[in-house]
Amino acid sequence: MTAAVKSVAITLKVNGEDVAETVPVRLNLVDFLRADLGLTGTHVGCEHGVCGACTVIVDGATVRGCLMLAAQADGCDIETIEGADASGRIAELQAAFHRHNALQCGFCTPAMLLTAAALLDTNPAPARWEIRDHLSGNFCRCTGYQSIVDAVSEVAGAVE
Amino acid sequence: MAVGLRVEAAVKAPDFAYLRPDSLDGVFAALARYGDDARILAGGQTLMALQNMRLATADVLVDINRVPGLSDVVEEQDHLVIGALVRYAGLAVSPLVREHAPLLVDAVPFIAHTAIRNRGTVGGSLALGDPAAEVPACMLALGAEFDLSSASGIRKVPAHAFYRGLYETALRSDEILTAARVPKRRPGQFHAVDEIVQRRGDFALAGLAISGEAENKTIANISLAFFGVADRPVLAIDAKDLLTGQILDDGSIERARLAAFEVLDPPEDPITPPAYRRHISGVLVKRLLTKVREGLI
Repeated sequence: MTAAVKSVAITLKVNGEDVAETVPVRLNLVDFLRADLGLTGTHVGCEHGVCGACTVIVDGATVRGCLMLAAQADGCDIETIEGADASGRIAELQAAFHRHNALQCGFCTPAMLLTAAALLDTNPAPARWEIRDHLSGNFCRCTGYQSIVDAVSEVAGAVE
Repeated sequence: MAVGLRVEAAVKAPDFAYLRPDSLDGVFAALARYGDDARILAGGQTLMALQNMRLATADVLVDINRVPGLSDVVEEQDHLVIGALVRYAGLAVSPLVREHAPLLVDAVPFIAHTAIRNRGTVGGSLALGDPAAEVPACMLALGAEFDLSSASGIRKVPAHAFYRGLYETALRSDEILTAARVPKRRPGQFHAVDEIVQRRGDFALAGLAISGEAENKTIANISLAFFGVADRPVLAIDAKDLLTGQILDDGSIERARLAAFEVLDPPEDPITPPAYRRHISGVLVKRLLTKVREGLI
């Protein structure tokens, strides 16, 4: 790309499906996923990187969907909560969240699940402080952190 | 798969054009063509947030994420060359950084949160120069210098000369910061970093990065770099002079704490008055020098 453009054609993989779209360059990744692809499980909270509700997986790593342009996702492999749910890879976490009442309104839950899963991928037996530390970038305004940490902790087999 | 629900309201940032060069020459060409109207987009973890809130505007965003050669950590004779596109998460797991510049590894957990660290870059942090950011202060403490590249070559600028004021740096509009050169750790070198925040991952109310060398428990040289307490990251020169040649004990640590205040010029802030930031800066001096003392053999 050698000239500045206002819209760009992108091809990417979203939850295993090939996607090809033309997007305005100003469009944030999270808004593309929600509005263009209808994947509304990824939520839009603060829109400046603080609340973590827009967390998605880009090429295997958690990323703020509000701090990345859709244009930048060209060529990327993206997984949203819908994909993680369908594949069953977070089923244990989902069940534990349910058991522990680790959600009230549920707004933060998709991102909490993806973020917790990312922790368990790299650290299968985190201590409670490590779980808290890892989830510190995801806000829950129902003040449900205690039970969220309980749920992740149970899946990790951590000592209470 | 498309459902086409998008409406104009879904677009947050002010209008801009986007350019994604695939080479450094392409970046130079873009900077030459658009000049001050262009801004470089690296990890975007600050710039994107500012654009979403419309606090920052740029006519042209030059996305450097596909420029090859900027994402590596390379070992040279005396230096580690850390590419501008190395992400914080990459810094934390780099064996080279762990061996030769462990201060940077220790600083990473203080930077925001995992998802931000997966995307935010060393070069972005250095070029932005947020006064409360960890990496610029660590580079100051380590005596690093930065490669400022342009079509006419590379200008090497030491970290202490790079930061000039609030978000003011030595970077010219035709230049891009392409790498940081960090002197490799020498035997007897020590380091420490800590910060005080209201919530995990917030910007530091006060932070301190220390790097130095000791011989027989005597400080041969030491750098104390504060962040979050002035308009830019700052070296505590008086504290350095006072500690050099000294053994760390309660007396020298207390004198260093008082001397460190000389460089502190905390901003007025209704929640954290300057006096409070000064106080916690002193707490950090004492805490980290005590830790250094315990580590010296």
